[in-house]
Amino acid sequence: MKSSLCYSWRIALLIFWSARLLWAVEPGGSTAQNTSIFSPASTPAKSIADLSVFVLVVTGIIFLAVFALLLYSVVRFRGRAMDGGREPAQVYGSMQIELAWTIIPTLIVVVLFLATARVIHAIQDAPEPAGALDVIAIGHQFWWEFRYPKLGIVTANELHIPVSVSAHPTPTFLQLLSVDTDHSFWVPQLAGKTDLIPNHPNRMWMDPQRTGVFLGQCAQYCGTQHAKMLLRVSVDGPEDFASWVHAQQKLAVEDAAAIAGRRVFERNACMNCHVVAGTRADGRFGPDLTHLMSRATIAAGAAENTHKNLRLWIQDPSVIKPGSLMPAMKLSDADLDAVVSYMETLR
Amino acid sequence: MSSNAITIPGAQIEARPWVDELHLWLTTVDHKRLGILYILSALLFLLIGGVEALIIRIQLMHSHNNFVSPEVFNRMFTMHGTTMIFFVAMPVLFGFANYLAPLMIGARDMAFPRLNAFSFWLSFLGGLLLYFSFLGGSGLYGAGSAPDVGWWSYAPLGARAFSPGHSSDYWTLALLVSGFGSIGTAINIIATILCLRCPGMKINRMPLLVWMNLVMAGMVLLAITPLSAAQIMLLIDRYLGGHFFDTQAGGSAVLWMHFFWIFGHPEVYVLIIPCFAFMSEIIPVFSRKPIFGYPVMVAATVCIGFVSMSVWAHHMFTIGMNSYANSFFTLTTMAVGVPTGIKIFNWIGTMWGGRIQFKTPMLFSIGFLFQFLIAGLTGIMMAASPFDWQLSLSYFVVAHFHYVIVGGILFALFAAFYYWYPKMTGRMLSERLGKCHFWLFLIGFHLTFDVMHIPGVLGMPRRIYTYEPGRGWDTLNLIVTIGAFIQALAILVFLANLVISYFKGAQAGNDPWDAWTLEWSIGSPPPVYNFATVPTVASRRPLWDLKHPEDPDSHYE
Repeated sequence: MKSSLCYSWRIALLIFWSARLLWAVEPGGSTAQNTSIFSPASTPAKSIADLSVFVLVVTGIIFLAVFALLLYSVVRFRGRAMDGGREPAQVYGSMQIELAWTIIPTLIVVVLFLATARVIHAIQDAPEPAGALDVIAIGHQFWWEFRYPKLGIVTANELHIPVSVSAHPTPTFLQLLSVDTDHSFWVPQLAGKTDLIPNHPNRMWMDPQRTGVFLGQCAQYCGTQHAKMLLRVSVDGPEDFASWVHAQQKLAVEDAAAIAGRRVFERNACMNCHVVAGTRADGRFGPDLTHLMSRATIAAGAAENTHKNLRLWIQDPSVIKPGSLMPAMKLSDADLDAVVSYMETLR
Repeated sequence: MSSNAITIPGAQIEARPWVDELHLWLTTVDHKRLGILYILSALLFLLIGGVEALIIRIQLMHSHNNFVSPEVFNRMFTMHGTTMIFFVAMPVLFGFANYLAPLMIGARDMAFPRLNAFSFWLSFLGGLLLYFSFLGGSGLYGAGSAPDVGWWSYAPLGARAFSPGHSSDYWTLALLVSGFGSIGTAINIIATILCLRCPGMKINRMPLLVWMNLVMAGMVLLAITPLSAAQIMLLIDRYLGGHFFDTQAGGSAVLWMHFFWIFGHPEVYVLIIPCFAFMSEIIPVFSRKPIFGYPVMVAATVCIGFVSMSVWAHHMFTIGMNSYANSFFTLTTMAVGVPTGIKIFNWIGTMWGGRIQFKTPMLFSIGFLFQFLIAGLTGIMMAASPFDWQLSLSYFVVAHFHYVIVGGILFALFAAFYYWYPKMTGRMLSERLGKCHFWLFLIGFHLTFDVMHIPGVLGMPRRIYTYEPGRGWDTLNLIVTIGAFIQALAILVFLANLVISYFKGAQAGNDPWDAWTLEWSIGSPPPVYNFATVPTVASRRPLWDLKHPEDPDSHYE
């Protein structure tokens, strides 16, 4: 029977893909590469994952019930040769049955809604505790600016926040802004996504329960290089975070050996777009470079922060990230080497 | 109903020179020819939009692929979405509505035949205008480019600061022009159904297809008009110094989202309700039973029509609405599931106790039921707004709405093609090729769109032209791409079937499926002006009454 074949095949497929889902989640289970929404590491992500499992179970039961009904009627009421062309009994409907399959789904909707509304309220209306860290995240085409107003820190693309243990909760509250188009802040393990919209400040929070690097990326299409607007959140232990803050609050290191590179940097348009705190470079258009070497990546996570990549990036950003708004500066080889050396002193 | 209405053959038309034939097609105001033109233009754009989808899928086959540049990729997904919604799905559904609604209510044409032709040509030329952007898109800036700001063109990305040149103008104007066409057709469908029903065709005796297209047309009027308004506002922003959506000058990006989605969500129902209509005609005929719960089906459709007007902001759960707004749109979105569920139950109720014939139209209908069930349930998941904060803007959403549009709408459309092609051409589509088409497409569909949910859960955002290795996304994306090519192959089988059967298919006769609605009472293809004698009906299934004079429906209604 073709149709029963069709359905057994579909069931097999379903089982296969559920297994595949688990398998795909497993290998990344503990590494930094994991971005599954079902491996939460903070309260909002955890309550979303719990609600999601509940909704999955309810919808799964509905699926099985209706699918069984469909399968049964397709198999049981298939036309047979022995029918001899006679028409079956003509049934026009039944009010009782209609009422039943109106009321039961309505009750299910009420249950799902109440469960959902609870989580919405718990996440969105959570008050900001006294010990919370405030960070302003600003979306740019195609990178992230992070400002810590109370700590006087400005950095880019790699957000550092403290781990929040239940004894001393130190959640991070983000204010989300954008200078150009819409973006969306999404680190699946830490929280659901929230958009960064110009003229429309948003807020979100997270309280990571364990240290580590959590990956995410811009989720709202923001232009040519939306794909390489990646995001890293480093969750640090209390001491690590304190020492990171201390280091970031300093002005740029003055290194006499890199003075040639600094001259190239200040003679060209570099300083119009980038800040190097303590020098004349005070542009606001691109990422703050004061502590560039404290970051693991460049170009909003598109490349590792290595000598080779830095040189490649300054020579022609479009090789790594076509559509990036940073222009190729067409520096001579000597100038290029000098400016890369200068960058490498900015710890 | 008088029996002579079903025996009068189609008027014999002598062969004309091809120039005359072409002239006839270009100047026609006949609802049947216009219906076919709508369908053919949709098939043309389906091919183009399909090729764009394949380009997207090749690029995403593995991480860090360089098949196309980010600029080209962004144009491809913008054009794919715009084409499939505005120039494939809507025209093909309008085509079927145009062709079938007058026949099913015993009318000789649409209420406004010339408006009908005008609307079709507006829509079609809107599509050509959109594709002309490949030649003229960037204006003075370069050799031409298609729009690349997404089919939703979120502000301020569509503003001149971020979209210089003319590519976004082609998008705006194409949607504006075809939008006027849609509004014209919607008015026409409503007027036809309300005013041109034959004697005895009371509003509670109309076939469900007619009922549902009436609701669809009403929704088009309510949904397309805000889109057209928003397009005009965008043009004012771009050329007349307006600041509606210009965020640099204090305009509102969120306002555009509201405009777009108050169009965009009812639009989903504009597309799916005519597919419910196909199901409500095809499933009864191949189950050999009348539709289960006709009045409830009508009520559920009207209910969906109203409730779906209040769910639009579920596309905007991530934009930072307050908790009350998020709760409200969670509730309305979940509530739409109730009347939709009622429909699925009624179709199963129709099959229950029937004698189901597994002809190709019925196979596609069963596929529709199965897939639409899943699409509805993933919709419920995303209606739970916290769940949506994770799933929104990810590949899970892409999989969900393709489950609706391909697994639901396209499967229903294939069912409709196999069911009504004999009426339109006088020839049957090949069952062999049809079954081959069905199984290939089913396998390709599930390979693509079942798997596509998973990268979304694993954190893969949509609209990215490339992605990093090592996230567990590579294998999944490769499988999705393979599935897409199997679907493409199935579409080629389908097109081959359309062409081959046109010349070599078996003669259909008036009524190949032993069906019950009025279109099957006249020749295939139906003669000009359809009915030699205007029929009179006494029940919802006039041909059943005719075939079973001992036990007519009219005794029970």
